[in-house]
Amino acid sequence: MTVLVLIEHDRGEAPEAAWEGLTAGRHLAESLGCELAAVVAGEAGAALADEIAEYGADVVHVAEHELLGDYGPDAWAETVRQLIDDIEPTAVVGVGTDRGNEVLAHVAARLDLPFVANCLAVQPGDDPDDADEPWALTRVQWGGSLLEDASVTAGLKLLTYAHHGVAAEPADSPGAGSIETFEPTLGDAEAVTIIRDRAVESQGVTLSTAPVVVSGGRGVGSADGFAALEELAELLGGRVGCSRAVTNNGWRPHRDQVGQTGTRIAPEIYIATGISGAIQHWVGAMASKKILAINTDPEANMVVKADYAVIADLHEVVPAISAEIRRRRGG
Amino acid sequence: MSLRILVCVKRVPAPGARINVTDDGQSVETAHLGFTTSPHEECALEEAVQLTEANGGTVVVLTLGPPEAEEQLRYAASVGAHELVLVPTDGTAWDPQRTATALTEAIEAQEAAGGAFDLILFGNESADSGGFQVGVRVARALGRPIVNGIKGIEVGAESVTARRAVDAGSEVYELPRPAVLGVKEGLNLPRYPTMRGRLASKKAELVTAELDVEAGGQRLVALRQPEEQVSNTELLGDSPAAATAVVDLLEELGVLES
Repeated sequence: MTVLVLIEHDRGEAPEAAWEGLTAGRHLAESLGCELAAVVAGEAGAALADEIAEYGADVVHVAEHELLGDYGPDAWAETVRQLIDDIEPTAVVGVGTDRGNEVLAHVAARLDLPFVANCLAVQPGDDPDDADEPWALTRVQWGGSLLEDASVTAGLKLLTYAHHGVAAEPADSPGAGSIETFEPTLGDAEAVTIIRDRAVESQGVTLSTAPVVVSGGRGVGSADGFAALEELAELLGGRVGCSRAVTNNGWRPHRDQVGQTGTRIAPEIYIATGISGAIQHWVGAMASKKILAINTDPEANMVVKADYAVIADLHEVVPAISAEIRRRRGG
Repeated sequence: MSLRILVCVKRVPAPGARINVTDDGQSVETAHLGFTTSPHEECALEEAVQLTEANGGTVVVLTLGPPEAEEQLRYAASVGAHELVLVPTDGTAWDPQRTATALTEAIEAQEAAGGAFDLILFGNESADSGGFQVGVRVARALGRPIVNGIKGIEVGAESVTARRAVDAGSEVYELPRPAVLGVKEGLNLPRYPTMRGRLASKKAELVTAELDVEAGGQRLVALRQPEEQVSNTELLGDSPAAATAVVDLLEELGVLES
């Protein structure tokens, strides 16, 4: 019996999510008392084998094919499907990133099996050898503001763990990490969805990686009102974010939006100004290590949930913070 | 280049600061909530309307949901959709496999009656249940390519160029037509209905397609609230003079160095 983990990577570079998936997959394999294996699509992924072993994988299946030089959901999913035929795992798991959910959905569609996205907890049935016994899972709805207890019945379980739901943690004793290469059969049908080109649109820190995010909501009042937030963000080496109300008003581009349908951020500190804190926004901000809310309304959801608050007009407080930073820096 | 475009939308509650669950745990308490179209799908609809405004053609909007989902279909008509199709459920949440099978059947029936769709648009995921798979399953069943996470679309004579937003830029995909795309908010800024649009939407023809489809392998047991995050908010001040305390905090957190 095997738990197979899909390792997400971009031309050989693995994001943090890849290690979260291996950590969660290892816990699942431990609860089933079975082997942990990993699959990487593309030769470039072979370079990750040592690190994969540190997270406890005994076997690393490396798929080699000329169509696996870059990401494509069909090429990756068809590769995983063919490996499933070969090694017959009990479960195939990934992480609920754009690519993780996309590939698992494609695998599920190919096999006409259920796929449970964004799980937080997975409880196999009492008898691990009984494929017909349902598993109990907890997954997130509403981007994380509601939990769903679900059951899934399927010979092969396909699931992703919610991103940031499990912290990546190497195994106490590393796995063997022995590389087994295989060549999937891929053709035109899989080639159509492979990345054709890329465009780089921003340099430096991005909203999702910035150590400080200074956001504004409806309370900022206008597009021009963001100048003071820009100034503070720049002083702190951070980025400006905003709420959905702001992008809907056309004050900021959508790429600045923090929230369920925007970017999920995890900065050292999130400074939320003039933001009421609706569910849509909160789920994008809740992974922040600390939250400072600046708002005139002490009852605002953002204020209630924040670690720190200043109850005053952001138009006065934000420039005062910038001025204080400059004063301390002697400028 | 006249285009025939299908947009699949979902009726979802419009929550504010908190989502409550019904006593039986089977659904979201909606007694005090309004309903809306899942946000990614509002953008899918806007894109379809813009594409047919530029090229000529027809926008068909399809939803699977309770009979009340007519409200979201009428809204779609008020912002430019031409034809409306409702696949009614009993009001319970259908699992992703069941939903996809029903939508596939409904789409095949629409194509048999009115011609093939050049493009089918889904939202990347629904705002509520967030299964991240229905569009992929439907595309696969129809034998058409699909890419998710799309924030830019150009329709060519033979193919569709789609841009997927990633952290520092975008990935570009080129799919042969007919294609399916899972789109994200940010693709465009959806318009608001005009008075004329609202009036016309009341008269738009709505087709109801009853479908009997078997449940899939995933079952909802119960919804529940996550443990409430207890936060004792520390008040740093109630005037601009709080700037001193704020900068002390930034120093303490080590984000002031640069």
